[in-house]
Amino acid sequence: MRSIALALLGLVFAAALIPQAWAPASYQTQFRDSPNAPPSARFPLGTDDLGRDRLSRLIYGTRVSLLLSVAAAFLATLIAAIAGAAAAWLGGWWDRMFLTATDLSLALPWLFLLLTVRATLPLDVAPTTSIFVTFALLGLVGSAGPARVVRAGARSLRSADFALQGRACGTPGLRLLIVHLLPNLKPVLVSQFLLSIPLFILSEANLGLLGLGVAEPMPSWGNLIRDLESYSAVAANPWMIAPAVLLVMVVIALQVAVRTQELTV
Amino acid sequence: MLAGRILRSLSGLAATAVVGGLCAATLVRLAPGFDVDEREFDSRLNDASRHAIHESRSGERNLGRFYVHYLAGIVRGDFGVSHSLRRPVRELLAERSPVTLRLVAWGLAFGWTLGSGLAIAAWRIRAVDLLSGVLFAVLLSVPAAVLGLAVLFAGAGRSLAIGLVVLPKVFTYTRSLIAKASASPHVVLARAKGAGEVRILAWHIGPALAPELFSLAGISISLAFGAAIPMEAVCDIPGLGQLAWQAALGRDLPVLVILSLLLTVITMLANGVADTVTDRLGMESGA
Repeated sequence: MRSIALALLGLVFAAALIPQAWAPASYQTQFRDSPNAPPSARFPLGTDDLGRDRLSRLIYGTRVSLLLSVAAAFLATLIAAIAGAAAAWLGGWWDRMFLTATDLSLALPWLFLLLTVRATLPLDVAPTTSIFVTFALLGLVGSAGPARVVRAGARSLRSADFALQGRACGTPGLRLLIVHLLPNLKPVLVSQFLLSIPLFILSEANLGLLGLGVAEPMPSWGNLIRDLESYSAVAANPWMIAPAVLLVMVVIALQVAVRTQELTV
Repeated sequence: MLAGRILRSLSGLAATAVVGGLCAATLVRLAPGFDVDEREFDSRLNDASRHAIHESRSGERNLGRFYVHYLAGIVRGDFGVSHSLRRPVRELLAERSPVTLRLVAWGLAFGWTLGSGLAIAAWRIRAVDLLSGVLFAVLLSVPAAVLGLAVLFAGAGRSLAIGLVVLPKVFTYTRSLIAKASASPHVVLARAKGAGEVRILAWHIGPALAPELFSLAGISISLAFGAAIPMEAVCDIPGLGQLAWQAALGRDLPVLVILSLLLTVITMLANGVADTVTDRLGMESGA
């Protein structure tokens, strides 16, 4: 099961990394003579109402969504590592402030928090800026949960033998934290990183569907899935669900791969 | 002791809600273009009218003053006026809260009934375990908004979509708890003494699971409210989720602040009640 999941992920990531090699056209090329074309040899998934090749947009959109989610997961894990480890290490007021901030963040439903923070940023931004905004937003807002896990791990390591010995030998606090504590938190950080990726893919899709994700003409799974809002269009062109099918397959594959990885960690 | 704990929880809840509302207000206040009203772009208005519209939001420019006034208003029952919908927030909440509460309540009832029922069935029937595992892995991989669209297109009840978000989590967690509890020594002993499966479930496994299921209940309420936002937005349901989405798009400060306060209170209250019940049950069972 895991090997099938990894093979699918490998294939999708390969397509996502070099979309130019697979996509028949650019994501913004408009074939004005063929709007809303059905699937054919020229357009395997047909075209949208602007005459853009759906397959090309799906391949480019896969790059945006996958790489964005991985980058956001990396950012969230980095913030979680720094904030969680520092709170556990410094203790006292720092720890209490950290706990209050994460409690507050976790008390609100995740999507509401994303909506509120996204709404405070400009909505009419350039497509590339919208990618950066979405990625930074997911990474920043999504770091609260992992940070709590990292803090719990760091607190247990704080009183471990190697930490006590390091302190007794006079090792400076920062060196202890960076050289000894963080490497021991690696399994926790890896699992938090892997668990965040599917969560961020789903969140980007939800944000895109609500019109708060990556801006057009740049494709992403979120704004490609937005086409599904029209029932009559979906009923007449069932191949429009291809982005949703790919998204679900990738998230399932990630969950299978992550669960197996978690068991080994 | 219990009264002291409840008092501490309530004061913590109030403090977190106030800080949460302040954070939401700060974020929206600092957002670029916050003090721009779309009516100012109406070419039919003269400079004096534009100036009057601009000045009507001057009370919100000083964040500290706005928030103190706003909190004082809340105490009096005045939640302000929505900029985007041009109606008192109190009216909007009164209109939309029942819609969302009904949606969430039915969704939770569906998710919990089917999820826990299937978890019990999966404990004894291997085929149910396998099928449910596959089905719920797929459900967990579908964005909530897409689930909402699927339910809408299928013509099913809208709360089904919320139920489908909660269901996999309830099933997965309950299933693993039952598996863990059924391997514990007192259950093995009961089975060795010839107790039937129904009796084992009702008398030995059920009470052991209750504290953790109450914790899950608290979390699932927050999950259901979170799922209501995309669901109501894509299905055009006039509830609090749709209001949150419209307020986010329109940078509607009074609505966003009150919704932050409301959702923080609901989530923390649900988790607080679940924690208190969990502790009580844990103490009674001697855990």
